[in-house]
Amino acid sequence: MTKSQVLDRYFLEHRAKLIDLAAFLDRVDRAPGGDNFHDPRLPALREALALLHDGQPDRARRVLERFSDPTEAPLDTAPPAPVLGVPHHPPPAAGP
Amino acid sequence: MPYIDPHIHMVSRTTDDYAAMAAAGCVAVTEPAFWAGFDRSSPEGFRDYFRQLTQVEPRRAAPFGIDHYCWLCVNPKEAEDPAFAREVIQLIPEFLDAPNVLGIGEIGLNRNTRNELQILEEQIAFAAEHDQLILVHTPHLEDKRKGTTLILDALRRNGNISTDRVLIDHVEEHTIRMVLDEGYWAGMTLYPDTKCTPQRAADLIECYGSERLWVNSAGDWGHSDPLAVPKFQQEFRARGHAADAVDRVTLDNPRAFLSQCERFSAG
Ligand SMILES: [Zn+2]
Repeated sequence: MTKSQVLDRYFLEHRAKLIDLAAFLDRVDRAPGGDNFHDPRLPALREALALLHDGQPDRARRVLERFSDPTEAPLDTAPPAPVLGVPHHPPPAAGP
Repeated sequence: MPYIDPHIHMVSRTTDDYAAMAAAGCVAVTEPAFWAGFDRSSPEGFRDYFRQLTQVEPRRAAPFGIDHYCWLCVNPKEAEDPAFAREVIQLIPEFLDAPNVLGIGEIGLNRNTRNELQILEEQIAFAAEHDQLILVHTPHLEDKRKGTTLILDALRRNGNISTDRVLIDHVEEHTIRMVLDEGYWAGMTLYPDTKCTPQRAADLIECYGSERLWVNSAGDWGHSDPLAVPKFQQEFRARGHAADAVDRVTLDNPRAFLSQCERFSAG
């Protein structure tokens, strides 16, 4: 498929998904929950969104990696919390 | 178009689903042993489950012209208690000679714990000892990347496993390369909320080629689609790929991998 064909086939679907995402973020903002609300899902989502327009390829892979547990060792016991879709603790900031 | 769904949990699906799948071209399914949505209260619960997989489902599929095959194991979600899991593993030899059993699966990891890893290694050893094909479940969401790495390490540590006799399932954009690079087969699961869509699976084939790759629905008791494979076929065709390129992924590749077990003769 040419670029135009890809856009013709998928643009409206993904335009709608972007508006869904915008409405979801508005919904989170509107919901009560306190000023000190911290949840690893929102910062992970914001960081992943930045990957979409950094001009680099392999966005899907890089978004999935941002949403992945960065640790390597098996856990001693299963975590009490269910899977969130993002790491419970953010990955360490990249070095200089 | 004819197709094989090589990973679907028909025990959780209706007879109407068999009918719809047959109408859409399904000629065979393979059903890995998995978590039922709740933990079984005793290892004996698995004896009944294995009877269902080896006796009941093939009979239910047959009137629709669908060949039903299965895989046996204790799934990773119920492997956190090693004593329990070992009792289940001891039941497997009793069913291993059933005519529709293709191998050991879906073994793997769930939350990437030491106990799950221990039972995974024991089941890899069991498969090697009994010369069985292996179907591997990789964890969901944030646990997938790490779990896939741990699973590949465990397979390598065993040393008696031929990579072309193992399929690593539920790969996504961040795990497909490590699986294919090590010589394993890879499965892409078309599942609505976690895993791949038909569009992304088509993207991955356009990027990585179709060698050692298949697609499946992993249809089960959750939000899932037993017609996901024919929807992938439509997507791939609509992008202008030839019919034989579609067949390669949805028919020829599953047949090539599964035919390594001489019991498999479908499609
Ligand atoms: Zn499954």
